[in-house]
Amino acid sequence: MNWIEHYNYWMVILLMMLGFYTIIARGNLVKKIIGLNIFQTSVFILFISMGKIPGGVAPILRDDPTTVYSNPLPHVLILTAIVVGVATTALALALVVRINEAYGTIEEDDIHDLDTGSL
Amino acid sequence: MSVVIDILLLGLMGITAIAAIRMKNLFAAVMLTGIYSLLSALWFLILDAADVSFTEAAVGAGFSTVLMLSTLTLTRSAEKPSRHSPILPLFVVVVTGAILVYATLDMPGFADPEAPIHTHVAPHYIEKSEAEIGVPNIVTSVLASYRGFDTLGETTVIFTAGVGVLLLLGIGRRREDGDE
Repeated sequence: MNWIEHYNYWMVILLMMLGFYTIIARGNLVKKIIGLNIFQTSVFILFISMGKIPGGVAPILRDDPTTVYSNPLPHVLILTAIVVGVATTALALALVVRINEAYGTIEEDDIHDLDTGSL
Repeated sequence: MSVVIDILLLGLMGITAIAAIRMKNLFAAVMLTGIYSLLSALWFLILDAADVSFTEAAVGAGFSTVLMLSTLTLTRSAEKPSRHSPILPLFVVVVTGAILVYATLDMPGFADPEAPIHTHVAPHYIEKSEAEIGVPNIVTSVLASYRGFDTLGETTVIFTAGVGVLLLLGIGRRREDGDE
């Protein structure tokens, strides 16, 4: 098996797991959102990797009938995903601001202590 | 040549992501996320996804970095070290990653023109979209016409998120001020 054929997928998995680790292991809420963003981008890379065709060009029609185009479908799906991803990031950040107003902290451990009254 | 750029850019993205995650100063971490997004925009361009590239550069690297920076000015910019041991999360992540790597062994190779993704609706879009829609950019034809309902759903999600942000930060706070 040629490793270059799977290099993109393995980098996707590396980035995805870096984001996943940040989401579950870090207590800071903004850090969790950064992790979520890295996770999201790795999915974009997976989709765009699959759409590539060797010798292909961007899917914008040209007069030359022998042109090979890359697959436009993953591009459309990821275009939608990027914009939706930013909308969810904005909502998550608004929640972080509200949590900071209510608790005075954005650390998960401190919020847990305040809720259980052990501080 | 483009394969070399592909490998280099993805390697740089991995390094930037690790640096962003390790950084205790959140301002620096957010700036590194911006660099990470710009690198991914560059990578999309190498892989022929021009529309995705400029959306990522404008929205991912620009807008979401601004949102995160404004959140940091409203909250705080230093991260406290976690009190929990990282062993369990590391174990979960390594196991999940190993399963995913095992799953990729069945995937068609990178840039394989015979992959199933290239044999269903995509040839139809490429051959017929000029006659059926008349826009030279195939991505635009698919986004606005063939999959127009998807885009309608997308705008609904953005509208809902916008209303949510306004309710969380705008209207709710004003009412609290009125009560006092």
